[in-house]
Amino acid sequence: MNTTLVMGPVLFNWTPEDWRDFHFRMADEADVDVVCVGEVVCSKRAPFFEPYMADVIERLLAADKQVILSTLALIMNKREMKSVRDTAAIDEDNIIVEANDVSAVALLGGRPHAVGPFVNVYNEGTLAYLARNGARSVCLPVELGMDALGALAKDSPAELEVMVFGRLPLAISARCYHARAHGLHKDGCQYVCIEDADGMEVETLDGEPFLAINGVQTLSHAYTDLSAAVPDLLDLGIRRLRLSPHASVDMVAVSETYRAVIDGKTAPDEASERLSALAGDATFCNGYINNQTGYTFS
Amino acid sequence: MTALELVCPAGTPAALKAAVSSGADAVYLGFRDATNARNFPGLNFSRDELQQGIDHAHDNGCKIFLAINTFPTAGDSTAWHQAVDDGASLGVDAVILADIGMLDYASRKHPDLRRHLSVQASASNPEAIRFYQDAFDVKRVVLPRVLSVAEIAALNKEIDVETEVFVFGGLCVMAEGRCALSSYATGQSPNTNGVCSPACAVRYDEDENGRMVSKLGDFTINAFEADEAAGYPTLCKGRFVANGEASYLFEDPVSLNAASILPDLAKAGVTGLKIEGRQRGKAYIAKVVTSFRRAVDSMDDGAVVETDLTEITEGQRKTAGAYQKTWR
Repeated sequence: MNTTLVMGPVLFNWTPEDWRDFHFRMADEADVDVVCVGEVVCSKRAPFFEPYMADVIERLLAADKQVILSTLALIMNKREMKSVRDTAAIDEDNIIVEANDVSAVALLGGRPHAVGPFVNVYNEGTLAYLARNGARSVCLPVELGMDALGALAKDSPAELEVMVFGRLPLAISARCYHARAHGLHKDGCQYVCIEDADGMEVETLDGEPFLAINGVQTLSHAYTDLSAAVPDLLDLGIRRLRLSPHASVDMVAVSETYRAVIDGKTAPDEASERLSALAGDATFCNGYINNQTGYTFS
Repeated sequence: MTALELVCPAGTPAALKAAVSSGADAVYLGFRDATNARNFPGLNFSRDELQQGIDHAHDNGCKIFLAINTFPTAGDSTAWHQAVDDGASLGVDAVILADIGMLDYASRKHPDLRRHLSVQASASNPEAIRFYQDAFDVKRVVLPRVLSVAEIAALNKEIDVETEVFVFGGLCVMAEGRCALSSYATGQSPNTNGVCSPACAVRYDEDENGRMVSKLGDFTINAFEADEAAGYPTLCKGRFVANGEASYLFEDPVSLNAASILPDLAKAGVTGLKIEGRQRGKAYIAKVVTSFRRAVDSMDDGAVVETDLTEITEGQRKTAGAYQKTWR
């Protein structure tokens, strides 16, 4: 059985041209099977890159990538609800829609769809229900350990997906912490999150790197790197691995590195070294999958 | 307009009695294990204690809601299923659930057991709420603390299910049930272990400048000068540095008091008013419940609502929080 490499949705606020060019490059150069497109974090950002959406999708489809349209994780008003309804209503053979909130799970019910990592799927009961509802793939929450993944993978009624690279999405809020840190109100945020293409770094008072802020989202400061766990994940039957896009890391090279691990052409520790070189100053974590504290790396 | 129902916390049998005698319409509580989101040492109810609590509450016209609102562990959902089965057989008035698999289980196994949707399910919009209603016949939804009063009013117009909102106590700044900050720093999270920023991971040190430093796992959450009150290091309530500046990045040390907007919440169509604090002692419960009972009753009489709870707020400022859009 083939292993599917998924490029997750861009979580950060990039300039529309950077956003477009990233996806073009994924289409033209990246060794990934699936590319997720769409705004997951803040509905205010979507209008900026929407003019490029059709071109991006066309380019990806022309390059034989499966396109997944990702939807918002937190929906609080009519405008956001409408955007999710509109996306969920898209019914085309070569496009799959990914639910990141239970509202989208409801709207997509009865037809094939994807479930993203922002819907809580912690156990077999929920997984079975969502599969009956039409979920073909389910990207699991980041805090699950190998034991839980193993239990879910056993006779799983849907393809399971695990995020293996990038800053971990840890929390989402109604409140915009980027705006707050700049002394601004969410409604008048001036889109300051565009200043931090991989998130605004957060340290503890004693200077320890800790978290990263992306508007209403909080991520880990460390990048998850589960390359060492890939052989075990494949053994469990988990055949979809998600890479989360970053601006300061060459994501084409990241995808090549993971593909080499999947194909057994690169040893996991060699892959970790390569990723470390690619990601410059970044630190890494893999605690969750080892049933340990999330930020640890071993 | 129907009367507002006052839904009050109890972490112990003594707190339950205090809530009942102070005028709670319903008391919510959990079993003493990871099946509920306040899984703290020394808290919560055994099966026997729950049976006695139900008898006491029912004798006094008060309902009991059983919170089973964590997400069962893959490969071992037994304790969660047992909790629902026991709640049903002991005669609770409702179970409060968050997990889709659990709602599915409860609605198939105990179709007559009333189901409420926990705040931990983070159902913040009409499509999500209708899903839980249609799929699992949920009768009431506890709304996430991310919605403003105007948003709640708009939401209630679009749905046909009771809503319950938090009016007092601790204030989650993240969407509930969608936060892994605690497990990132400590290995234990609300969703899986029923705890946030657990006490076993808390340490207080003194730094070289004589400041009291509070830590969660290996991470410094805050530091206090000698004249500052040191708070518990709940992760999202800490002080951190971004762009070279130290601040309360997520939330100032405030907690929720929506007493002043009870009439607005009533107009917005909510049914239940929920008080946070299953970890609180009986004296606190008695005081808060009494105060809100008075506020709700005086509102029914058309009088001005007043609560004075400053003495129990531990010096913290109070806010109506996300209910006012300016909070964002």
